[in-house]
Amino acid sequence: MMIIVFFALAVICTGSVLGMIISRNQGTSALLLVLAFASLGGLFGLLGAGFLAVVQVIIYAGAIMVLFIFVIMMINLREGIVPEKRTWTIVLSCAMALVILGEIVFAARGVAPEAPPALAGVSPTELGRLLFTKYLYPFEITSVLILAALVGAIVLVKKREP
Amino acid sequence: MTVPASYFFILSIVLFVLGIVAFFVKRDLISQFMAVEVMLNSANLAFLALAKAAAFADAQAVVFFIITVAAAEASIGLAIVLVIFRRKKSIRTADLDSMKG
Repeated sequence: MMIIVFFALAVICTGSVLGMIISRNQGTSALLLVLAFASLGGLFGLLGAGFLAVVQVIIYAGAIMVLFIFVIMMINLREGIVPEKRTWTIVLSCAMALVILGEIVFAARGVAPEAPPALAGVSPTELGRLLFTKYLYPFEITSVLILAALVGAIVLVKKREP
Repeated sequence: MTVPASYFFILSIVLFVLGIVAFFVKRDLISQFMAVEVMLNSANLAFLALAKAAAFADAQAVVFFIITVAAAEASIGLAIVLVIFRRKKSIRTADLDSMKG
């Protein structure tokens, strides 16, 4: 049963990323990525990370992709991206991707596929306790980082009035 | 029955390679940035899968931090894309050649 769900989510995820590569329209690519990230959230849930599944859907498929779509609407390229006939770069990029795939597989060969000690999913309660005890300093530093990113984004985008 | 963690790992490898292909095939900054996000997410998936195989219970907290930092990174990156568009009136990478790259 779980394996059917896994393959369904995997096919949706890979298919929408493929569609994002093929599509010429940025808005379509962004919407396909929303689908891909939402299905990735489902995969996180299958891995026993229920809280992260929700976070993935809310932050990635929700907030970040909405930000992308906002920017696409603000930029509003009417003519779209003109297709360039530079097929050799595509061939080259696919070759490079294959090389990196080979490297990853070569590196991952050493990971022993022993039977996993059945780790039950960490409940949100335990995760919250972990975040506020063992990872308290990283948690606080992350909040400062987000504040800095907020201020930085506003300062970058603000129109400078003379 | 549960899905073996190696399946998730293989899926994450596939997604990462697709992200690399998308990064090089696309010709504008926004699509390339979206490809980077795909790669980041596949790395998260690989991390979670390997953490499950190794019974590393803190992985969820770490991935939580990665997602938050990715949100900050996305906001700054999109702001930079907007600034580039205002200066150059274009986000095609072919037009951004002021550094003679």
